[in-house]
Amino acid sequence: MKKDLLGIADLTPDDIYRVLETADAMREIGQRPIKKVPTLRGKTVVNLFYEPSTRTRTSFEIAEKRLSADTLNVAVAASSVLKGESLVDTAMNLEAMSPDMIVLRHASSGACHLLSRICKSRIINAGDGMHEHPTQALLDAFTIKDHKKEIAGLKIAIVGDLLHSRVLRSNALLLTKLGAELWVCGPPTLVPPGIECLGVRVTTSVDEAVRDADVIMMLRIQQERMQGAFFPSLREYFNVFGMTAERVRLAKRDVIIMHPGPMNRGVEIASDVADGPYSVILEQVANGVAVRMAVLYLLAGGVEDEAAA
Amino acid sequence: MPVVLDADRMARSLARIAHEILERNRGIEEVAIVGIRTRGVPLARRIAKSIHDISRHDVPCGALDITLYRDDLSGGPNAAVGPQPVIRKTEIPFSIDGKLILLVDDVLYTGRTIRAALDALIDFGRPRAIQLIVLVDRGHRELPIKADYVGKNIPTSPTQNVQVHLLEIDGRDEVEVLP
Repeated sequence: MKKDLLGIADLTPDDIYRVLETADAMREIGQRPIKKVPTLRGKTVVNLFYEPSTRTRTSFEIAEKRLSADTLNVAVAASSVLKGESLVDTAMNLEAMSPDMIVLRHASSGACHLLSRICKSRIINAGDGMHEHPTQALLDAFTIKDHKKEIAGLKIAIVGDLLHSRVLRSNALLLTKLGAELWVCGPPTLVPPGIECLGVRVTTSVDEAVRDADVIMMLRIQQERMQGAFFPSLREYFNVFGMTAERVRLAKRDVIIMHPGPMNRGVEIASDVADGPYSVILEQVANGVAVRMAVLYLLAGGVEDEAAA
Repeated sequence: MPVVLDADRMARSLARIAHEILERNRGIEEVAIVGIRTRGVPLARRIAKSIHDISRHDVPCGALDITLYRDDLSGGPNAAVGPQPVIRKTEIPFSIDGKLILLVDDVLYTGRTIRAALDALIDFGRPRAIQLIVLVDRGHRELPIKADYVGKNIPTSPTQNVQVHLLEIDGRDEVEVLP
């Protein structure tokens, strides 16, 4: 592993398998009566979240606490950011108190790369703008591997708001690196130009994407990032692109349905599918803690380049 | 002295340890055995099988990975700079509360692995007692730790390297001392 986890783009398949194997061992800690190990004792981790988040922030915090790190949440809404402090200044000030790691979520793509250049602390990307969300892709891969054993050769369909989705970018990079056949589907207004270069097949027909799929991953319609009219109405979106029980029937019999959350029920996914027998959405949340523990543990170690030097 | 314990003598040492365990602990019902990964695990299974062969009693068997409890992970003053060691699964599918736990490792050296294992075990509950079984005791302790059952004491110098090979992992049973 490198110094920071900025995106899936920097990881080799070996790095990815290492995270997944470590996460498999970490999962057992969550099942013990005492859910804590002393591994990161004395390490300080700052969770710096510039965007609202329930799942990712609590998941990181639980992972940090289970490894005995000292965690610190900077709630941007109650910080000097409101007084006009820039990201770099905030980071330099945090850095002056010498934390070991900073977990950053920011609305601007590339914010983590910026901090990575100026900070000695290790940076973990918890979502930067429309760019990447690497720990989400890792926990998705972990969940898929849990059910399907191998990722190579699976048909995986990702349906929804492709344009604004960092989850899509990280997942596309990861799943193609591990040899999956990836289909992406969404309304033409929400398909970013040039997406084929990620090595994915693009379609606007949900039926085509979902047919014989092993995995269906739904993406949230990100209305907070939409400034124009990308489709006529939410109801129409659901009729054309929403995941219904009828559409799920086109997939393989042992299909799993995933969603990174938060869900818009009745927009991208029907409630009976979200709560149905094929849904692994809550497993994804549970696995998120183990995967983040693995990332924290692996990044806390030395860097391979340093070891060679 | 390359080979200090061959397959035959290793088997006899483990059988003797099984007898000693039964001799020292009446009420084998409340005993469980836990091997430290990697090579403590097959040793634990073999001892459990010996106890079963002698007493017809099934001893629950677990595996403990101590990596997360090590004192030489990066961060400390004595940290070895380098990538983190691989973590494997801890599998203790029974309650250790009130039990006598037999902890098994291949080589007893500085005692730091055992210190980590004791911390790890105690996170799983409150055993009645913990006893330590090692195949080889090579000396040079850095912590006040002593084994209750020893396969063989092998005096070594700190520069030497004791390597335990086991059938289940390495394809042969043998203990070597390398210069």
